[in-house]
Amino acid sequence: MNQLYIFLALFLLLNLAVGLVRVFRGPTSADRMLSAQLFGTTGVTILLLLAQGLANPMLRDIALVFVLLSILAVAAFVKRIKPETGGEADEP
Amino acid sequence: MSLRDVLSFIFLLAVLLAGIFFFLAGTLGVLRFPDVYGRLHALTKADNLGLGLTVIGLMMQAGSWLEVLKLLLIWILVLLASATASFLIARTALRSGIPPWRP
Repeated sequence: MNQLYIFLALFLLLNLAVGLVRVFRGPTSADRMLSAQLFGTTGVTILLLLAQGLANPMLRDIALVFVLLSILAVAAFVKRIKPETGGEADEP
Repeated sequence: MSLRDVLSFIFLLAVLLAGIFFFLAGTLGVLRFPDVYGRLHALTKADNLGLGLTVIGLMMQAGSWLEVLKLLLIWILVLLASATASFLIARTALRSGIPPWRP
């Protein structure tokens, strides 16, 4: 039973590695930043599966930290990019 | 093994595999969709659904109610965080002048 969780976690890790192609190719920086989202969600799932498979509940707390770090990375990205003129701003 | 064990194992397997399938669909969408908005849409929705299904599967194996509650709270936090992140990325992309894809 525990091998199933480890196997699923490995599959998700492979999934994550394939998603890195978008970081490599993605034409805009928003495309690259999108992978922070991918890493956040998939990383949390990998950690939850490992917490069950390895019987190590501490990994669930690390999953919480992962969520927090991924949203902070995106917030930092949004603050860093200065909006250029010409975009369809929805505020005056 | 009683019938109840067999049925709960089948349900667990189905839920976990469905979750993994949605993760696969999300990654495929990130690679195949034509613009950043489509990619965000594919990634955020599919991955959060996949996480939700996986969490349901893990909840069935949890030892205590406290673990179930913790898994549920982790899922809700991920939902809130990734919804916020996806809106932030989409708004930044729109303001920096990336046009939405038109067929």
